[in-house]
Amino acid sequence: METKDNQGQLWEVFIQTKAGQPFKHAGSVHAYDKEMAIENARDVYTRRGEGTGLWVVPSSEIVAITINEAEYFFESADVKIYRHPTFYNVPEGVTNM
Amino acid sequence: MIHAETKISEEKLLEHFEAKIEAEEKIEPRDWMPDAYRQHLIRQISQHAHSEVIGMQPEGNWITRSPSLRSKKILLAKIQDEGGHGLYLYSAAETLGVSRDQYIQWLHEGKAKYSSVFNYPTLNWADIGAIGWLVDGAAITNQVSLQRTSYGPYSRAMVRICKEESFHQRQGYEIMWRMMEGTKEQRQMAQDAINRWWWPALMMFGPHDTDSPRTSLAMKWKIKRESNDNLREKFINKTIPQAEHIGLVVPDNKLVRNEDGTFKHGDINWDEFWAVVNGNGPCNQQRLEHHIRAHEEGAWVRETALVANLKHKK
Repeated sequence: METKDNQGQLWEVFIQTKAGQPFKHAGSVHAYDKEMAIENARDVYTRRGEGTGLWVVPSSEIVAITINEAEYFFESADVKIYRHPTFYNVPEGVTNM
Repeated sequence: MIHAETKISEEKLLEHFEAKIEAEEKIEPRDWMPDAYRQHLIRQISQHAHSEVIGMQPEGNWITRSPSLRSKKILLAKIQDEGGHGLYLYSAAETLGVSRDQYIQWLHEGKAKYSSVFNYPTLNWADIGAIGWLVDGAAITNQVSLQRTSYGPYSRAMVRICKEESFHQRQGYEIMWRMMEGTKEQRQMAQDAINRWWWPALMMFGPHDTDSPRTSLAMKWKIKRESNDNLREKFINKTIPQAEHIGLVVPDNKLVRNEDGTFKHGDINWDEFWAVVNGNGPCNQQRLEHHIRAHEEGAWVRETALVANLKHKK
């Protein structure tokens, strides 16, 4: 019987460690559907109460940029240094700012 | 999506890659990497993943014979962790562009290896203690170092695994300790277990640095952060006092106790090491056959799930 490439789809797992915290990428799991994906993610990544929230997303649905694009892609932010507070001078003696 | 127009030369890419390594920045799956780096990782991470999964077998041997409900629950949790660790590592290995099916096929064909230590049998209950304490202890020493490996997904898997493994070592040591506090027979069983597991645990760190052909490139690209001998030394310096504390004798009559409290171990039997690596250990055939059988017997589950999912999508 053919057993090749039948281990299901790849899903990326994101865990929220505490209420109010952002979700963080933890790793990935294989599963055939949403329900199996979230249950596998629980069993693989939260065996010690690491999570208060859990997301699974099909890996194929993630949109990302490649390293070759990265420099170019983020370039426009580099020249806008006036977006940082340290760009500005404040007169001597001014505090709480 | 933006497509970079400029084509970057291989030389430039290598320069950029090595600069990142030098700066202790992690290499991520989509980053350019030299083929030799990718191949080394494919071999090392898959071997690591297979070791976690094959390692479930010698311990699984004792689930039904655990001496108490407490120890059975602990052993089940530990073995479940090992399966989980295998999954973290397969996930990391898959980011290198090789499918999980392919990795498993290479294991079944004997093209991929797993840690030779799992080719030894678990003959008495104290072996479960010795595995947790010595085998997991050696693995932790290696894995703590690998938390700083240069490949991001591997490093993150190591951080997660190290957090979970310290329970493994402590539960193993507790078994040994309790047996050493028990009857004469129990003490003999514990000593018998360390006698059989000590040297295989030392061999887990691999050949001496002078005989380890792949080490230099792996160190240069920071896949490995410490040499085999260095890690082995760290392990014995931590472990020998733990053995002595509960009255176990380390089976090494050439062991040297240095003035600064560190130790130098006697000669390792490398003929035995290579025999086991090359398939002639006590349980090599049994371990692999069991894995193949379990994989084949589970095929219908994967096929059914796949078909059910396809129908669901229609």
